[in-house]
Amino acid sequence: MTTVQPPGRSLEGGSGGAADRLFRNGTRVAGGFLVVALIAIGLMLWLSSSQAFGEFGFSFVTGVVWDPVAAIYGALPFVVGTILTSLIAVIIAAPIGLLTAIFLAELAPRRVAVPLTFMIELLAAIPSVVFGLWGVFILGPFLGHTIEAWTVDHFGWIPIFAGPPYGIGLFTAGIILAIMIVPTIVSIAREVISSVPSSQREAMAALGATRWETVTKAVLPFARSGIIGAIILGLGRALGETMAVTMVIGNGQDIPHGLFDQAQTIASKIATSFNEASLGLQTSSLIALGFILLVITIALNVVARLLVWRVAGPPGGS
Amino acid sequence: MAVIAPVIKTPIAKRLLRSRSDRRRAAFDRTMRTVALLAALTCVVPLGAVILFVVINGAPALNLDLLTKAPKALGTGGGAAGAILGSLQMIPLAALMAIPIGIGAAVYVAEFSGTRSARIVRFAADVLVGIPSILVGIFIFTLLVLPFHQFNAFAGSVALAFLMIPVIMRTSEEILRLVPGSLREASLALGIPMWRTVLSVVLRTGLTGILTGVMLAVARAFGETAPLLFTALGSRLVNVGNFSKPMDSLPVFVYTNARAPITALNQQAWGAALLLLLIVLTINVAVRARSFRRNVS
Amino acid sequence: MVTTMTESPSTPAQPPSPVSTVDPVAVRPSVPPPARSVHDDGAAAAGSIEVQGLNVFYGAFQAIRDISLTIRPNAVTAIIGPSGCGKSTFLRTLNRMHELTPTARVEGSIRLDGTDIMAPDVDPVQLRRVVGMVFQRPNPFPTMSIHDNVVAGLRLTGRHSPAELDEVAERSLRRAALWDEVKDKLKANGTSLSGGQQQRLCIARALAVDPEVILMDEPASALDPVATLRIEQLMAELRQSYTIVIVTHNMQQAARVSDETAFFTMAEDRAGYLVETGRTIDIFTNPKNQLTEDYVSGRFG
Repeated sequence: MTTVQPPGRSLEGGSGGAADRLFRNGTRVAGGFLVVALIAIGLMLWLSSSQAFGEFGFSFVTGVVWDPVAAIYGALPFVVGTILTSLIAVIIAAPIGLLTAIFLAELAPRRVAVPLTFMIELLAAIPSVVFGLWGVFILGPFLGHTIEAWTVDHFGWIPIFAGPPYGIGLFTAGIILAIMIVPTIVSIAREVISSVPSSQREAMAALGATRWETVTKAVLPFARSGIIGAIILGLGRALGETMAVTMVIGNGQDIPHGLFDQAQTIASKIATSFNEASLGLQTSSLIALGFILLVITIALNVVARLLVWRVAGPPGGS
Repeated sequence: MAVIAPVIKTPIAKRLLRSRSDRRRAAFDRTMRTVALLAALTCVVPLGAVILFVVINGAPALNLDLLTKAPKALGTGGGAAGAILGSLQMIPLAALMAIPIGIGAAVYVAEFSGTRSARIVRFAADVLVGIPSILVGIFIFTLLVLPFHQFNAFAGSVALAFLMIPVIMRTSEEILRLVPGSLREASLALGIPMWRTVLSVVLRTGLTGILTGVMLAVARAFGETAPLLFTALGSRLVNVGNFSKPMDSLPVFVYTNARAPITALNQQAWGAALLLLLIVLTINVAVRARSFRRNVS
Repeated sequence: MVTTMTESPSTPAQPPSPVSTVDPVAVRPSVPPPARSVHDDGAAAAGSIEVQGLNVFYGAFQAIRDISLTIRPNAVTAIIGPSGCGKSTFLRTLNRMHELTPTARVEGSIRLDGTDIMAPDVDPVQLRRVVGMVFQRPNPFPTMSIHDNVVAGLRLTGRHSPAELDEVAERSLRRAALWDEVKDKLKANGTSLSGGQQQRLCIARALAVDPEVILMDEPASALDPVATLRIEQLMAELRQSYTIVIVTHNMQQAARVSDETAFFTMAEDRAGYLVETGRTIDIFTNPKNQLTEDYVSGRFG
């Protein structure tokens, strides 16, 4: 159980004199460092991208051409790529993640839930670059030969499913992202679901509800905002994921039109182009891409945390 | 008052039987519970698939050459010695920078909890955790690479430290909150100065938990690639000790060799990936197995 | 009409004498008396529960030892005793709510109108529609309106037209003596009511699925005295149509409200057991067991 400390009390007083003051200030500095770091990152990215924004204004976001030679930079293909891959990832990961969270929190006996939870946490620990390696040599070709080929054969006449089924492209990137964000969704949703008071479950069960009905009619509605928060946090992770996506998404320069097209996300574009970029407008444009990503991720993060806190309470109280 | 006719009721025995709709509900309940189980199993399948293929493809490549040789300047052959040594240098330095700041901030928030400044610090930590690591890489690039026009390993360590600090801070803070206030108060009542109280009483009782957080942060740092791409860069040379120059690292080695159009280099990527996976999973299993055992007993 | 007995726990030497009084009613809403119900074959309404040799374990720990008693239909049976002696555990076995705890295990038989409720072919889902429950703390569903709270149980089975649902909601709210207070705000959130109103809402919710038996686990312990009184009045009215079993740690309440009383206590190994059961009047004025007499007259230790 957490103890409630009256604010400031425990670091007041004390008889250590100078050592105490040093200690107190030291921790203050450490705490302040975090705040300063956050502000500094935002500030630095904004300042470095000002050249690009100054040059193109808002049409930077809507521009579709990225041409270093002509010195024209537009972010839209990468914004679209980012949104599409993350959307695919969330559409797949959210239902699976939510069902898994329900299973682990409500339905599974402890002997099953504990090892399964453990394994899902291990999944979260796999480095992004290992996922990318596995994706580009194993998953990509597999998807290309099976799902993509089948879809192109049967539905290729619909533009969105047009081939050729490379295996490297939007779709595979979306699948890999789904695999990578599922642990996030599962762990937060599980925490939220577990925090629903048992009196709610009992009330529904006492009315003659089956286990599943108790979950859907009493537990989930109560935990609704927290679950949405979990999904948004998963979305946030998908937006910023770099290495695995870079390795399996190919190298599309235009706005992708089909599910199996090659594309780029903001993160993958930065990863592949940054070191070769010429300092000045090109680098500034790449950093501007990063700034857009920063704003989106921070906004989503804040919203999601507020939603989770509404159900599970803020961490540690206060 | 109107006379109300007696209500004819069904005998209880009959009501305890399932009607058609009740049978449907029971079947639906069974179905959905199976679906939930399947979903949970689906989450675990990729874990097995990744481990399986990394082992299959990486084991043949994980030989002494890979571990001890430097990359060849031309063609194939050579190994990941530079990358391994690079990681083994940058990560401890990053940890050295991250641990005091992370724990210090955690102590601050835990001891001052409730004040607005503590809330702001915790909020900052939460937001920092969610920032894509590539953006941290860009930030450190503008701070520590650009001014010197020189990619360097020190910048790489700083970038890794930035990623480790919020993780260490959050896990430490949770642990510190669990330490009962009575311990603190008893120590203070004995006249022990605040800094000694916190350091000895609080940190010692929470030490294992804090160590867990540090180990998990280290495991994360081992696998981070994106921030290193713009800071330490990576190198075909083996760099020992020179933090003002670029330095290779395991994840960057995997990335570079995976993209190379030469099969032999791809195989080296698999070998390095296996090594990386072994390190990261071992740390995670060791750390979580302790709490796993504690949960079950 | 509620019979009140005066008790003086501070003078254990004298058995308390029953005194009948007029019901101390503040406000009494007009509720049509629930009809006496009969079965298809004309027999009087049942809803009797017969417990034989009931033992309840949580893992290795025995919570209840060898309880046998009969609960009369259309009556209020109170279960009293010191805390921790298994009263709530016992109550929860009557609608198999103990099964929500994975380590719970039950031996013995519980027969509801002759049907063994623990039999493998009895679905707890069905059982709980016949045996309803009201909990210690009011627990309306916070995401639902008052109307939806009441019909929440009904909605689980099959399709009901909105008209049907409205009718059941009104009927249940009337029976729970809440209709007049909420009839204009049925769409308001269930948690916007006061504590006592929320508890009556929970009672209405339990009534809506048309049970035979209503179990109440300390239903008024979280409420203020006025609200408590209304709940007690409600119980008196409800017993005409339902069998009511209530667990209470408040002896005066048991004496006021119940027709039958069962006294539980805790053995040295912390297992709860039944000491004595009988008519409330007898238990409080002329108990057969010394332990019972000690408890009802406030002697302990």
